[in-house]
Amino acid sequence: MSDSKISSSAASENTVSGASIMLQEVTKTYPGQKKSAVGGLTLEIPAGSIVMFVGPSGCGKTTTLKMINRLIEPTSGQIVINGEDVTTMNGDELRRRIGYVIQAGGLFPHMTVASNIAMVPKMLGWDKAKINARVDELLELVSLDPELYRDRFPKELSGGQQQRVGVARALAADPPVLLMDEPFGAVDPITRQRLQDELLNIQSEVQKTIVCVTHDFDEAVKLGDWIAIFNEGAQLEQYDSPERILANPASEFVENFIGSGAGLKQLTLTRVNEVDLVDAITTTPGKRASDVLSQLQGSGRKIAVVLDSRGRPLRRMDRRQLSRAEIIEGTYDPDLPVVGEQATLNDALDTMLVASAEYALVTGRRDVFTGIITVQTVMEAIAAANSSMDDHHEAPVGLNSGAINVVDIESEPAESGGEPA
Amino acid sequence: MGDFIGERSRQILFASWQHFSLVVQCLILATIIAVLIAVLVYRNKALAGIANGVSAIGLTVPSFALIGLLIVPFGFGVTPAVIVVTFFAALPILRNAIVGLNNIEPTIVESARGIGMSRLKTLVSVEIPIAWPVILTGVRISAQMVMGVAAVVSYALGPGLGGFIFSGLSRLGGANALESVIVGVVGVVILALILDLILLGIGRLTTPRGIRV
Ligand SMILES: Nc1ncnc2c1ncn2[C@@H]1O[C@H](COP(=O)(O)OP(=O)(O)O)[C@@H](O)[C@H]1O
Ligand SMILES: [Mg+2]
Repeated sequence: MSDSKISSSAASENTVSGASIMLQEVTKTYPGQKKSAVGGLTLEIPAGSIVMFVGPSGCGKTTTLKMINRLIEPTSGQIVINGEDVTTMNGDELRRRIGYVIQAGGLFPHMTVASNIAMVPKMLGWDKAKINARVDELLELVSLDPELYRDRFPKELSGGQQQRVGVARALAADPPVLLMDEPFGAVDPITRQRLQDELLNIQSEVQKTIVCVTHDFDEAVKLGDWIAIFNEGAQLEQYDSPERILANPASEFVENFIGSGAGLKQLTLTRVNEVDLVDAITTTPGKRASDVLSQLQGSGRKIAVVLDSRGRPLRRMDRRQLSRAEIIEGTYDPDLPVVGEQATLNDALDTMLVASAEYALVTGRRDVFTGIITVQTVMEAIAAANSSMDDHHEAPVGLNSGAINVVDIESEPAESGGEPA
Repeated sequence: MGDFIGERSRQILFASWQHFSLVVQCLILATIIAVLIAVLVYRNKALAGIANGVSAIGLTVPSFALIGLLIVPFGFGVTPAVIVVTFFAALPILRNAIVGLNNIEPTIVESARGIGMSRLKTLVSVEIPIAWPVILTGVRISAQMVMGVAAVVSYALGPGLGGFIFSGLSRLGGANALESVIVGVVGVVILALILDLILLGIGRLTTPRGIRV
């Protein structure tokens, strides 16, 4: 299997290392059940994209996901990854080439963070030095300091940190495909938002094919390049981009699922990095406060942002705080309103509200500070989004040409129209 | 009393060592057997129930009765002694091993399978290590119990501290009879304490920090 097509080439930045996945007429009928949990599903998952599975509880999302890595064996149908039919290959070997993340990470409690992450590379026979280097690299990728976390045990981590390690473990052998089953279901809303932002940042570096189950439509809109909305028996109600699902729900079921306030949901369509950020006065610990204060006064800004040696925000200081201080301190403020640049405007607004601030600090890859988003910017974007929503409604039918239409299990799978452009 | 011990110190030490050695070897054997059986049955509710039932009923069998039964096919000697001690030692370990394996969160096993660990590797690298503290607790309970069983066994089947107890009891009232019984009983208690300390130490050394309570 060493020359298997589904092992990815080394991931260099911004090249798609993901693999395409094709489910062909896949059915799962559990023993002793009359109705199929998944009935004749044909679904194409394009390489390098994030596809979200949403739908009511029990509709077959998890079953569909687990058939991709054959944790659940399909009753009939084929699974094709990068052109290779993997339906009958050795399941364990298949799974070593597919990352798998579940709620709360599913970490092994008796192993350290490093051993957890090293598991798959070890099974693949990597040498020790390579594994150690990889573990550190992955911890960096998920924003955990290797020195600090390498030798910890899972119970010595917060829920969000466990989830990060779970993602690192799944990415350890650089698999082209990542499967996630409600990965952020067990953490608080603020942590969830950070983890989502981080996943998007990681994805922009690694470009995997990610299939992610969620019951949260907002999460699907935020993370997904494509969203598959399922009804009972994994019947596809709609499979399309978030924008087009919001603009043109395919059925009443989808409309109900999206819920009210679809206009406001446009807020989840716009990302922080799509709006204009405000530059900020930045400084580093150890600088003289009076220098920073005069810089601030010269610029007319209200706050200065203190960054650590890697450019990550530590704390903010307003004029009053600066005038009282002598030297800028490097202590970390845990209540700092921070959003990732891939976060949605919805997230940014939430963060501001929680921190009672009219702005939030924006961070990019590896948490490096990139600028400030203000409540003003968000308000302008709401107005703009609402007017562009109207454009969608007036758009010609041709907009749907790249969409995957509802797959009728009785008919032949669509040749070209049934796949996303 | 002092004279009794002084005159027979070598004999006492030798008997103690034999006793200890029989118990430890049978305990190791019992742990292996019990964990193997537990692994075979724990996923199946009915089989696990049967195993637990056997464990509960087995503990009510008087060790004398079992020895009697085994002497018929095996005669006197080491074989029936080992079988009896191992049998009783395996019962608490079996029960704990089943509990330990069943109490592992299903998500942990699922993620082990999900990252491509085979059934066997999941068992060896994930399930048994996580269940190990519970299994070891069973081993400690066993150790205490079979110290006594081994004393009974050695009466019928050969040397060990049981010899002191039963030779004393049979001559009760005679010279040194009481001393003999006391040496046997106290010896068993001391051995049990020593073994428990050793097992406690093994537990410390073999339980990773991540699953210590
Ligand atoms: N191991 C199983 N055995 C029998 N039925 C199952 C099993 N797993 C799931 N199901 C059933 O299959 C259907 C789909 O389940 P699932 O895929 O877990 O749904 P979802 O993830 O969308 O909530 C449900 O009706 C569920 O009861
Ligand atoms: Mg599910």
